[in-house]
Amino acid sequence: MDASLPAHMRPERSFQGFILALQRFWAEQGCVILQPYDMEMGAGTFHPATTLRALGPKPWNAAYVQPSRRPKDGRYGENPNRMQHYYQFQVIMKPSPPNLQELYLKSLAAIGIDSAMHDIRFVEDDWESPTLGAWGLGWECWCDGMEVSQFTYFQQVAGFECAPVAGELTYGLERLAMYVQGVDRVYDLNFNGRDGDQKVTYGDVFLQAEREYSKHNFEVADTAMLFEQFKMAEGACRKYLDAGWKDGKREAHLMALPAYDQCIKASHVFNLLDARGVISVTERQSYILRVRELAKACGEAWIHTEAGGAA
Amino acid sequence: MPDLLLELFSEEIPARMQAKAADDLRRMVTDKLVAEGLVYEGAKAFATPRRLALTVHGIPARQPDLKTERRGPKVGAPDAAVQGFLKATGLKSLDEAKIQRDPKGDFYIGLIEKPGRDAIDVLAEILPVIIRIFPWPKSMRWGARSGKPGSLSWVRPLHAITATFGLETEEPDVVKFEVDGIATGQTTYGHRFLAPAAISVRRFEDYEAKLLDAKVVLDPERRKDAILTDAKQLAFAQGFELVEDQNLLDEVSGLVEWPVVLMGSFEEEFLATPGEVIRATIRNNQKCFVVSDPKTGKLASKFILVANIEATDGGKTIIAGNERVIRARLSDAKFFYETDLKAKLEDRLPKFEQIVFHEKLGTQAARIKRIERLAAEIAPLVGADIAKATRAAHLAKADLLTEVVGEFPEVQGLMGKYYALAQGEDASVAAACEEHYKPQGPADRVPTDPVNVAVALADKLDTLVGFWAIDEKPTGSKDPYALRRAALGVIRLIAENGLRLSLMKVSASALAGLSVKPADGQKLPGDLLAFFADRLKVQLREQGARHDLVDAVFALGGQDDLLMIIRRVEALGKFLETDDGKNLLAGIKRASNILGIEEKKDKRSFDGAPDAALYSLDEEKALAKAIGEVTAEASAAVAKEDFAAAMSAMAKLRPPVDAFFEKVRVNDDDAKVRENRLKLLNEIRSATRAVADFSKIQD
Repeated sequence: MDASLPAHMRPERSFQGFILALQRFWAEQGCVILQPYDMEMGAGTFHPATTLRALGPKPWNAAYVQPSRRPKDGRYGENPNRMQHYYQFQVIMKPSPPNLQELYLKSLAAIGIDSAMHDIRFVEDDWESPTLGAWGLGWECWCDGMEVSQFTYFQQVAGFECAPVAGELTYGLERLAMYVQGVDRVYDLNFNGRDGDQKVTYGDVFLQAEREYSKHNFEVADTAMLFEQFKMAEGACRKYLDAGWKDGKREAHLMALPAYDQCIKASHVFNLLDARGVISVTERQSYILRVRELAKACGEAWIHTEAGGAA
Repeated sequence: MPDLLLELFSEEIPARMQAKAADDLRRMVTDKLVAEGLVYEGAKAFATPRRLALTVHGIPARQPDLKTERRGPKVGAPDAAVQGFLKATGLKSLDEAKIQRDPKGDFYIGLIEKPGRDAIDVLAEILPVIIRIFPWPKSMRWGARSGKPGSLSWVRPLHAITATFGLETEEPDVVKFEVDGIATGQTTYGHRFLAPAAISVRRFEDYEAKLLDAKVVLDPERRKDAILTDAKQLAFAQGFELVEDQNLLDEVSGLVEWPVVLMGSFEEEFLATPGEVIRATIRNNQKCFVVSDPKTGKLASKFILVANIEATDGGKTIIAGNERVIRARLSDAKFFYETDLKAKLEDRLPKFEQIVFHEKLGTQAARIKRIERLAAEIAPLVGADIAKATRAAHLAKADLLTEVVGEFPEVQGLMGKYYALAQGEDASVAAACEEHYKPQGPADRVPTDPVNVAVALADKLDTLVGFWAIDEKPTGSKDPYALRRAALGVIRLIAENGLRLSLMKVSASALAGLSVKPADGQKLPGDLLAFFADRLKVQLREQGARHDLVDAVFALGGQDDLLMIIRRVEALGKFLETDDGKNLLAGIKRASNILGIEEKKDKRSFDGAPDAALYSLDEEKALAKAIGEVTAEASAAVAKEDFAAAMSAMAKLRPPVDAFFEKVRVNDDDAKVRENRLKLLNEIRSATRAVADFSKIQD
């Protein structure tokens, strides 16, 4: 931890200080620090900086915060640690550096978790995303019995082998910050590290949103519109993919990113419909498959782009 | 003789894979050594979360020289043949070959001497291959090299390989090889946090000792011992008793290199939740042990965790962190349990209409209805109250939809029992929620309460008949619906409770309840019966009993009362252990053999009663008389289900059969007499069919 930091910026006092410490740490490891992707998504992995950039031969190191929208996890602000909107901190390094585990442990030290006092463990956890057609091997990282991060070596994304393999780290920011700040309720997190009437809590920022979105996600979200939106996003994705092939030949693609946006959109709309309880068990599988087909097609387009290594 | 030390140092290996990996490594290396003519004295393999290690001691320094002879062409053979021979043997000229004479002429013999190679060179060749083909259940690629085809796959990134070979008294050599850019050496690393520095090692003895200094206990058994001893002591010191859990111990020992056992607490109020739920929460989610109060046998509000470090604050922070997580988990579990208690079990049932049991077999709701109906039919046959059996079957699956079971599938059934009791169900009905799944395997307890037995049988028979009807039978090693286990469960329920049940009838009844109608439904109960016979054989074989006797009994046909089949097999087995039994079997086999041959010769069978007028010898008459008596006596005994008496009756056949074969020539010159004698032999066969088909019994 950086001792020169003013008190209100220290990771154990301030949620924003906590995020900034992680960003700074990973910036020092050569990562580009991106800002959140401007679309709703269920996990930081959906960000094109991870999903698409994990494909192809070009080196890529990035870190960013991504708000995760999980409509079903909303609890109207009444559960101490479940929310329909929370932050993930995502690191992707391609190829995975040989010392990625050490870097991860150092990043924990940077946010105030000292491995001489805390029991940090790498416990088997194989990761799979059926909607992204992706899987990898790795661990869930435990700190004193609590799962604080996900550590994955991507083997396949969008149905394509990762060559070279990227290493992905996902930190559950609220949970980690709660541990470091020693609070049991997420809304009690000190957001800005100030005291007294200057103090802003996580609840001040997000509690109202949790209540509103829970109501929206479970009770009101317009399902007829959402079903339509799903179809539209799916259709648009296909259309952009088809139109993106340069000169109509499947050699170079010019619109992988816009097409992938529609895949992200479809996935989130599906999550909303799922939260509204209007998708039956059997339909559920078929929706997941439909999103996966889009993801795969986007992956294929991506590897035919410049950043995907085609040029 | 020199020893090998091999260590594969990697990122964290999943706990569940470690033991098998160590074993595979030892087996693969030693098998290959032996195949290369290097017979070793001993080998041992170890695993920690970060390393697989192998020591093989007493490996000969060199392979033995191999001398082989190769026969070449005839002396004077064409030049092409000679050249081919020289090339194949590596000889420079024919002067180096011997000439050997045999009946076909003189031949060149080439002596090929293959000098043994140094063991270290052989190792350098075989070890990288073993690493390349190592059978991890799941493996992965990593790093820059994974961009190229053919990169190494390992369970998690492999970082270093230590491989040394040499005598105890000398500085060992590094077995030099490289796998995907990782070159062998003598450097390993200590505990990730407590002693991460590089360590230079020579051979196994100093390797193990240096690792211990560097806070790594190499031997998983030692880690387990240490955890168990410390955990017991820690519990005992506070007046508690560790609830031992071998699987958890195995797993936890695979998560640490330096086990440090600590105790934490949770709030007493959580103890209002059933102990099994607390244990499942703490065990599954947190991989911690629970402790009990030795006075009451109930869980105490403590848990035992195994950390991987000696923390600078003595573990205070670690305990506090674990307590925090366990508190949150237990409060979830408590919430689930209390939520579950608010709804009645039957109110959950409508939801089963949305849940598909199997695409072709309909919903869970339909399945529950079938089990109810079948349980009601079976109830009177097993002495159970029909109403209770129906009620029990109605509720038995309801807990699958509770929050607690959703979270912890392993407490299914048990929670049903708790919830049923809580809503005031009859004790047998409540118990059936748990008991109807039993027995789950050969070692599991068999229910005895008639209500539970009725539901347990109905559940299993519905499963078996259902999957038979849609032709999803087990094949080879594939049995995705655990149908073998279900059949064994039926067998054990019937045998151990001494139940009388016609399997054909109950199968037909289960079939009638299905909405799918298989094309050959008529045949189904019979096919299923044959499956039961197979399972019975397997079970008897596993118990060390004779299983061929099952065939001898089933071959009689019409046998579908398992209890009677088992009793008959037992009596038959006992009988065949006696001299009378053995000799009678021999006699019957002899009769069958003779008949078989003669039937073939004459292209006819010798059925029908023999003609008493044609008997000319006393032995014939005596045998005929004995057959008549024995048949009557054995059939009467079988009718009374007294199989021991039936066997004793059979024993009376032995002297006349023996005497017959001693004195009587079956193939008499008089065709009529011959035919009559063959008919008499056939009578022996039929007489013994009162108890079993002896021809199906193996010697």
